[in-house]
Amino acid sequence: MIEARGLTKEYGDKRAVDDLSFTVQPGIVTGFLGPNGAGKSTTMRMILGLDRPSHGSVTVNGKAYREHQAPLQEVGALLEARAIHTGRSAYNHLLALAQTCGIPRSRVDEVIEAVGLQGVARKRAGGFSLGMGQRLGIATALLGDPKTVILDEPVNGLDPEGIRWIRDLLRSLAAEGRTVFVSSHLMSEMALTAEHLIVIGRGRLIADTSVADFIAGASQNVVKVRTLDPEGLRAVLRGPDVIFTDDGQGALQVEGLTTDQIGIAAGSAGITLLELTAQQASLEEAFMGMTNDAVEYHADAHHTGALS
Amino acid sequence: MSTAAAPVLARADLRVTQARVMRSEWTKVRSLRSTVFSLLAAVAFVIGLSLLVPTVTVAHWSSRTAAEAATFDPTTRSLAGVFLAQLAIGVLGVLLITGEYATGMVRATFAAVPTRLPVLWGKAAVFAGVTLALTVPAVLAAFLIGQSIFSSKSIQTDLGQPGVVRAVLGAALYLTAVGVLGLGLGALLRNTAAAISTLFGLLFVLPIIVHFLPTSFSDAVDKYLPSSAGQAITHVTADPLSLSPWTGFAVFCLYAVAALAAAAVSLRRRDA
Repeated sequence: MIEARGLTKEYGDKRAVDDLSFTVQPGIVTGFLGPNGAGKSTTMRMILGLDRPSHGSVTVNGKAYREHQAPLQEVGALLEARAIHTGRSAYNHLLALAQTCGIPRSRVDEVIEAVGLQGVARKRAGGFSLGMGQRLGIATALLGDPKTVILDEPVNGLDPEGIRWIRDLLRSLAAEGRTVFVSSHLMSEMALTAEHLIVIGRGRLIADTSVADFIAGASQNVVKVRTLDPEGLRAVLRGPDVIFTDDGQGALQVEGLTTDQIGIAAGSAGITLLELTAQQASLEEAFMGMTNDAVEYHADAHHTGALS
Repeated sequence: MSTAAAPVLARADLRVTQARVMRSEWTKVRSLRSTVFSLLAAVAFVIGLSLLVPTVTVAHWSSRTAAEAATFDPTTRSLAGVFLAQLAIGVLGVLLITGEYATGMVRATFAAVPTRLPVLWGKAAVFAGVTLALTVPAVLAAFLIGQSIFSSKSIQTDLGQPGVVRAVLGAALYLTAVGVLGLGLGALLRNTAAAISTLFGLLFVLPIIVHFLPTSFSDAVDKYLPSSAGQAITHVTADPLSLSPWTGFAVFCLYAVAALAAAAVSLRRRDA
C-alpha cells in the first residue's frame, strides 16, 4: 500500500507536484494517469526516496521507503528504461543490484527468464533496443519479489506482443495480492489494464476513481438516429431529460435515452428508423477534457460539461 | 511466461548491509571493460616507464652534469610511471560514480540502497582495495626493473636502504589516495568533466599558480598543496621544503577524506 499525504515538490517557483493525497491499494492495478509533465515521474521518485518532498510525505507499507531494512523486498521499480550503465551486461547489472541485499544468483537467472532476455543477458546493455531496455527494467523491478511494484510508463517502446505481456504481468502481480502502481499518459492503455485510476494534471489530483466509474462518467450517452419522420420521432421521445440536436446532415442527436428505449418507442409508434447508433466519447477525449480543465489558462475552450 | 513470484525469497533475509553493498560494488568494478582497461593501463604505465626512464638515464649517464649526479635518486627514477598512472587512476575514481549519474544507473543503485551512504563507502573501500592490490606489485616490479637497469652503471639502490621501502610502497599509497580523491570529487560534483578538471586542477594547476606568488609565500604554502603533500612519501630523502613523508601523506589523505565527507553530506541532502 502506498499512501501520499499533501505530497508537494517545488523546483524554485515551480510546483511540479502540488498537495497530492492518494492511497494505492494492494490486490489491484492502479493506473497513474496524466499528460507528459504532469508530475507522475516526480511523484514516483518521491515514493522511492530519490527526491525529497518539499512538503508532505509518502509511505510504502506504513514507512518512508528509506526506513525499510530490505528495500527491494518492499518495492520493485521501473523508473526509466535507461537506469542502466550502458557498458555492463544485463546479467551483471541485475547481479550488482541483487547483491546489495543478498538476493541469490538463481533469482537473477529467474527474472531474466521471466522477461525473456536469456538470449542477450550477457551482452552490453548499451546495445539494447528500447523494448529490451524496458524488459530489463521490469526484471530489475521483480528482482526482490516485492510487495509493491511501481512502473513508470512500462509500455513505452514495446511492440503489441510486449504490451500484452505487460498487461498480463501486471494483472497477475495484482492477483497475487501485490500493490501495482503504473503510470501512463495513454488513457486507452490504462482502461485495459487498471482497475483504479489516479489522474493528475499540473501536479494536482484531478480524479481518484475506479476505471468503471470513469468510463461511465465519460460516456456522453448520445444516440444518433436517422429516420424518415424526425418530427414524429421527437414527439414520441419527448421527455424532461431528453435533449434533441439536429446534426445538420439529416440525423438527430438524442441525449438522455438509450438505443433500446428509442428503438422500442419508434417501433410502437410505427416510425421507420434508418440508423440507430450509440455515440460514446472516446476515453482519450474524456481524459483530455479532464486534464485540459486542469490547465488553468485555457479551461473554457474545451469545456464540454460532459464530465461535470 | 513464468510468474514473477519467488517463494525461495519469501523467508530470506534481504536486508541491505555494508558487506553486501561492497560485494555489489565489486561486481560493478569488475564488470565494466573501461574500469578493467584503466586499471591495466595504470599498471602498464608504471612498468613501462620503469623500463624507459632508467634505460635513457643509463645511456646518457656519461654526459651527466654535476648537479644531475648530486640529485640523482634511483628510486624516484624507477617510479616515473606513477606520474602517468595517477591520470588513469584519478579518472577512474571519478568515473566510478559520475558514470552512474551519466547513465541513470545511480537511480537504480539508490533505489536498492536508499540510505545511499553505504554505496559511497562501498565504492571507496572496493576501489582503494583493488587499486592497492594492483599498484603494490606494480611499483615493486617497476623498482626492481629500474634497479637492474641502473646496476650496469652501479648506480642502483635496494630495498634495504633507509626510506626505500617506504618510498616504493608510498607510491602505491599515493595512487590509491588519488583515486579516492577522484571518487569523492565525482560524488560531490556528479559530472565527469567538472570532477576531472577539479581533480587535475588541484594536483597540477594549483602548484603552478602558487609558484607565481612571492617565494616567502609560496614556500610556506606549497608543502600543504595536495601534490606536494601527497608525493612527499615517494621521496627517499626528504626535500627540506616539503612535509615529512608520513605527515605529507596524512595531509593528502585529509583532502581525500574532506572530498568524501562533502560528497556524503551532498548525497544525503540532494535529490538523486
